[in-house]
Amino acid sequence: MSTEPATKRRGKAAKEPAMGRDKLLAAYRDMLLIRRFEEKAGQLYGMGLIGGFCHLYIGQEAVVVGMQLALKEGDQVITSYRDHGHMLATGMEARGVMAELTGRIGGYSKGKGGSMHMFSREKGFFGGHGIVGAQVALGAGLSFANMYRGNDNVALTYFGEGASNQGQVYESFNLAALLKLPCIFIIENNKYGMGTSVERASASKDLSRNGSPWGIPGEQVDGMNVQTVHEAAQRAVAHCRAGNGPYLLEMKTYRYRGHSMSDPAKYRTRDEVQRMREQHDCLEMARNDLLAMGVTEGDLKAIDDEVKAIVQDSADFAQQSPEPPESELWTDVVIEEAR
Amino acid sequence: MGAEILMPALSPTMTEGKLARWLKKEGETVKSGDVIAEIETDKATMEVEAVDEGTITRILVPEGTENVSVNSVIAELDGGKGGGAAAPSPAASGDKVPEQREKAAPLPQAEDHEARAKKDEHPFAATAATPSAKPERDWGATQKITVREALRDAMAAEMRRDADVFLIGEEVAQYQGAYKVSQGLLDEFGPKRVLDMPITEHGFTGMAVGAAFTGLKPIVEFMTFNFSMQAIDHIINSAAKTLYMSGGQLGCPITFRGPNGAASRVAAQHSQCYASWYAHCPGLKVVAPWSAADAKGLLRAAIRDPNPVIVLENEILYGQSFECPTDEDFILEIGKAKIERPGTDVTIVAFSIMVGMAMQAAEKLAEQGISAEVINLRSLRPLDTETIVNSVRKTNRLVTVEEGWPFAGIGAEVAMQIMEHAFDHLDAPPVRVAGLDIPMPYAANLEKLALPRLEQVVEAARNVTYR
Repeated sequence: MSTEPATKRRGKAAKEPAMGRDKLLAAYRDMLLIRRFEEKAGQLYGMGLIGGFCHLYIGQEAVVVGMQLALKEGDQVITSYRDHGHMLATGMEARGVMAELTGRIGGYSKGKGGSMHMFSREKGFFGGHGIVGAQVALGAGLSFANMYRGNDNVALTYFGEGASNQGQVYESFNLAALLKLPCIFIIENNKYGMGTSVERASASKDLSRNGSPWGIPGEQVDGMNVQTVHEAAQRAVAHCRAGNGPYLLEMKTYRYRGHSMSDPAKYRTRDEVQRMREQHDCLEMARNDLLAMGVTEGDLKAIDDEVKAIVQDSADFAQQSPEPPESELWTDVVIEEAR
Repeated sequence: MGAEILMPALSPTMTEGKLARWLKKEGETVKSGDVIAEIETDKATMEVEAVDEGTITRILVPEGTENVSVNSVIAELDGGKGGGAAAPSPAASGDKVPEQREKAAPLPQAEDHEARAKKDEHPFAATAATPSAKPERDWGATQKITVREALRDAMAAEMRRDADVFLIGEEVAQYQGAYKVSQGLLDEFGPKRVLDMPITEHGFTGMAVGAAFTGLKPIVEFMTFNFSMQAIDHIINSAAKTLYMSGGQLGCPITFRGPNGAASRVAAQHSQCYASWYAHCPGLKVVAPWSAADAKGLLRAAIRDPNPVIVLENEILYGQSFECPTDEDFILEIGKAKIERPGTDVTIVAFSIMVGMAMQAAEKLAEQGISAEVINLRSLRPLDTETIVNSVRKTNRLVTVEEGWPFAGIGAEVAMQIMEHAFDHLDAPPVRVAGLDIPMPYAANLEKLALPRLEQVVEAARNVTYR
């Protein structure tokens, strides 16, 4: 396998862009927010303000942003522990996410979940799960609830190519196909499950076909380009909303940073990372497309400033918000509620 | 706007490192993502990336410096300060790095001791025990039904009451239940609410937990609890812990039920008691009914409970008949034990099928002039410590009975609760009667010997009463 995404990247001067100017601008802004947020999180980790595991999403931003823009009210999102980007894409507040990373009361989980465990019922974000592959069966359950309630909402179920070897993924594929669940399975193939390359972990060479024994349609998508992601998202969402059962998207993507903050990255070369950054960066691509559409440097600078301000504000908040009081030790273990 | 570049930590345990190399010189400009330096620890070499943009105006720590403290200023951007702290982030680098496993990073912090100290102030909360509330209500007229019927009636009643309740499991619909517990439910509620699942416990349990996160109230039937081992990750990591991890946002109103413990002649893989496994875990509730009334009242309570509840049934009890209240609203409270037989000389604590054996033992003991009080735990988490403690304060002696293994079992926990709350009231060391510490044998004679026997319970009671 080459290091290049399998599907061809859209040319910069494509005649019919998947996204109009406004949508692409929105996508650029959201991707930039995730990039800058994650850089700041890395910085706070370096200062010892964030503890434990911290899995950054830098490089993969186009995937969640392109998918999210195809959703509507009531749709759900669930993912693994590399979840900061997903949360920001669903519209969760940067402040609440950053304050959870620093373990403060102002965090989405009051400081009790951390980087890997945040949720927002309001934004349709169902976590934030630390057991590799567990979110796939849970995501099937979210889509089951949509079917049970008879609405046309869909559930986006993200997992990595590393998780794609877990048995419950295939149990979930079977259940989703059997029950015709409106579930979009999204494999974020960033090529490495921790330090093990996909070639060393998976006998399947085309993960988009992993649902084929159950008749689940699959596509390989250039996950570094937000427009191709968005096009695929629209096809998948339309398929699921129409009651045709699940859909599988393999996003060929790349993380620039280590698996977690303490990853020395022996398993890949600096050149490989550099090449992806220079030739396939989602922000650069979107930026060039936007400039070609007549957006000015000034417009982009304004977005840059807005995003920087949000991220700085979130970092300030995450340091000012107090640690959870000791009384929080004993809350939320079970719901104490009269029947 | 100037900023300082600080020495970054590579892990929560790192306190200092070597600044191996500067990749940028004073006067050079950097932008976000540029690699500016390399630092080394005993574990790894990492690249340091710039976060803020600007010109490096001063390098304060020359390359090659050892033992540079985390968070000390190593360089200044645009004259330093003013723009807030700007520690660069550590990034992955190439070679010359020894093996480093992610799990090695976080170590227990000093706060753990504080937390532990705090916990000691809440002995009841720390051990999932809750004081019992009001005395049990008299539900009036009763009728004799089997435990099987009681369980079915409980599900039917709750499904009529709440459209969000549904039943999934293997053979629960068309087959009418592997043990006929769900008989008739498909006819009444249809295939949308009574769903046959393929043999895929891990998958369908995860699916049910996901549905419960959205507010639906699934009942998951395991053909036996032995098969719940395939799904235990979702029961513990997904169902039991998410409420806490979400700061109270995401509850999981789900019921897991099915036969638990030994059946008859089905050998080791189909004859295990999971009571202490599940009762161990905060975030779960665990009940173990004995009679038909227990079964109906506790299962209804489990389905209505906003938390994940494990209902440990027993295959041998399914066909046994008991008086059960006919009141349509009959329900029991989770966390409340029942004194099945009052007595004054010894307290016998049991749950599930062992309550029947304890009752028989009490009968035999009465013939010998020993008055035994039998406590049917009903709920294992939360445990009704108050009822047990009050009983032991009266009898001063304790025997526990369970089918499961003795080591770290329910009996061990009950005995420890008594140590903590009624030690001075004991006139004899507590005795536990439990299954033998072996996998269940198949042979009829050996199986019989592996499970608690009536004479052992009687003997234990005689021993603690020194008769």
